[in-house]
Amino acid sequence: MIANFPYVTAILLMIFGLYAALFRRNLIKIAIGITLMESGVNLFLVSLGYRRGGIAPIYTLAPEAAERMVLPTPQALTLTSIVIGLATTAVLLALIVVIYRHYGTLDADKVNKLRG
Amino acid sequence: MDILAHVPILVVGIPLLGAFATPLIARAGARARNWFAIFILLLTTALAIALAVSVFQAGPRVYVLGGQSFGFTLPSGYFFPIRIILEADGLSAFFVLIIAVTTLLGAIYSTAFMRAHSGLEKYYALLLLLAAGMFGMVVTGDAFNFFVFLEITSIAATGLVAFRTGRAESGEAAFKMMVLYNIGGLLVLLAVAILYGQYGALNFAYLAKLIEYSLLDVVALALFVLALALKAGAVPMHMWVPDAYPAAPAPVTMVMVANTQIGLYGLYRICFSLYGLKLTPALVGWIVIILGILSIFIGVSMAVIQRDLKRLIAYSGIAQIGYMLLGVGVGLAVLGTPALDSYGLMAMKGGIFHIVNHALYEGLLFLAAGAVSYRAGTRNLDQLGGLAHNMRWTAFFFIIGGAAIAGLPPFNGFASKLIIYESVFKFNPILAVIALLASIITLAIYARAFQSVFVGPKLPAYKDVREAPPSMMFAMAILAALVVLFGLFPDLVVRYLVSPAAQALVNRAQYIEAILGAGLGVR
Repeated sequence: MIANFPYVTAILLMIFGLYAALFRRNLIKIAIGITLMESGVNLFLVSLGYRRGGIAPIYTLAPEAAERMVLPTPQALTLTSIVIGLATTAVLLALIVVIYRHYGTLDADKVNKLRG
Repeated sequence: MDILAHVPILVVGIPLLGAFATPLIARAGARARNWFAIFILLLTTALAIALAVSVFQAGPRVYVLGGQSFGFTLPSGYFFPIRIILEADGLSAFFVLIIAVTTLLGAIYSTAFMRAHSGLEKYYALLLLLAAGMFGMVVTGDAFNFFVFLEITSIAATGLVAFRTGRAESGEAAFKMMVLYNIGGLLVLLAVAILYGQYGALNFAYLAKLIEYSLLDVVALALFVLALALKAGAVPMHMWVPDAYPAAPAPVTMVMVANTQIGLYGLYRICFSLYGLKLTPALVGWIVIILGILSIFIGVSMAVIQRDLKRLIAYSGIAQIGYMLLGVGVGLAVLGTPALDSYGLMAMKGGIFHIVNHALYEGLLFLAAGAVSYRAGTRNLDQLGGLAHNMRWTAFFFIIGGAAIAGLPPFNGFASKLIIYESVFKFNPILAVIALLASIITLAIYARAFQSVFVGPKLPAYKDVREAPPSMMFAMAILAALVVLFGLFPDLVVRYLVSPAAQALVNRAQYIEAILGAGLGVR
């Protein structure tokens, strides 16, 4: 039960983030929702890589504990996805700045030149 | 060193390198920058053609990154791939050609179309980055790598759509698009994580061999289909398309059309190569068919009421995405039954053929619309009129594009739509009738659009309008020539381009074998 706790947290984070991204009206809050979703997925990924009693595989010559070494792929994936998340968040915030300059508001309902 | 052996990585690497070199080259002047971008894309196109030829002749190509030997997919003593492996089969080669042609023509058209803008070194850098991302998505054989390239295309495409920051609608459209792309990308990542958690592998071919169709696999498939249909702009996730297409500069819109089709590539790759036929294909096939029919219906009916030329083309483009989904959905629904050979494979060929045709005529229409707005300064159908007097060639190209999208012979849209009608009729006559009716309405839409933009007396507001500049004419002429050629010789195109792609989809064992058969320790 307790072992599933990270997964439950990750899924909850994703659902909260998705809700914020789809139903919030403030553009900044939409961006926060996206980053919450990102954190959820990252948490899910990195918790996949956890092994009880595992050790990091940082050796030049593998010691006798070689079978306890953990393949670091999930950690590598998570790091990559954090960097990508940083880039997408930066783009989102830059776009919000552009929108604010034109419309003078962050309310998604008032940013509506495009309809139909 | 045999340069051809490294083609799979070079088609990704050269535009990527070019993207970051462009701002440096731009210091030598605008002319050097434009020629540099075109040169890089010409080089990439040559490599893409080399890759496609070798794949069509010799079957799937694999390329191992970071190994001792780039053809050695399985490290000694192992029986599963641990490195990132690129894999190009018939379907990848098909898409590689589409990307190469659209980005090259987009860059040529941009040299005149974007001349008045500043910061163009960033524009060309983003264009090359988008090309690199799209090439990466179609040649990669690694699930996480696929996600990384997906995000590269998202970021580059958003930057290009928002490029004209002086206009309010650019930022708004780009923001909507980025939010949806981001959600889609994260769903893909979640699906990849679910697969990794179960099988401890990221390679598509190896996953395809191991996959057990458990409940979690079905969840992952649903996430993939949702995210990639969003990227492809299929109904009901199409909302961003009619906003983003008109907001982007015309050449970018053409490249964006190719970009949405990469979403379709991902969808096909996941459904056919990764999951294959065991997962009740009839159900998945019907979901794809219903998505297709909805796209056709909503795309056509929304296009009828548009007043903005590019928005009209964008909505009718959504309907065309529906045709591609319809054709391949029928193939998926009958996968593994005798019906596949009698008409299923034909329907898939029609759907895939329609992809390349769509990239050509939709690109041509957007470029013609761009030429109109470049010279006349507006895209509003109510204000435009009588432009055929001054823009003869643009009007001519628009007719070719409009006739092709409506499926009139002898243009390429007719060839692929005929294949779709025939084979879908054998599967379910009602679907074929809906598809045919939608085509007729499309014809009416384009007749009206042509009439209100080009026909009529010379309007005083547009009496000094001149024909589009030579580089724009050149890009449109190439596309128009391809539209006519593909319409005149559909047999050749189907045999040499489309059939290998359709075969690659159905032949899942070959895709797996290309990775797991090349190396020691196969089990």
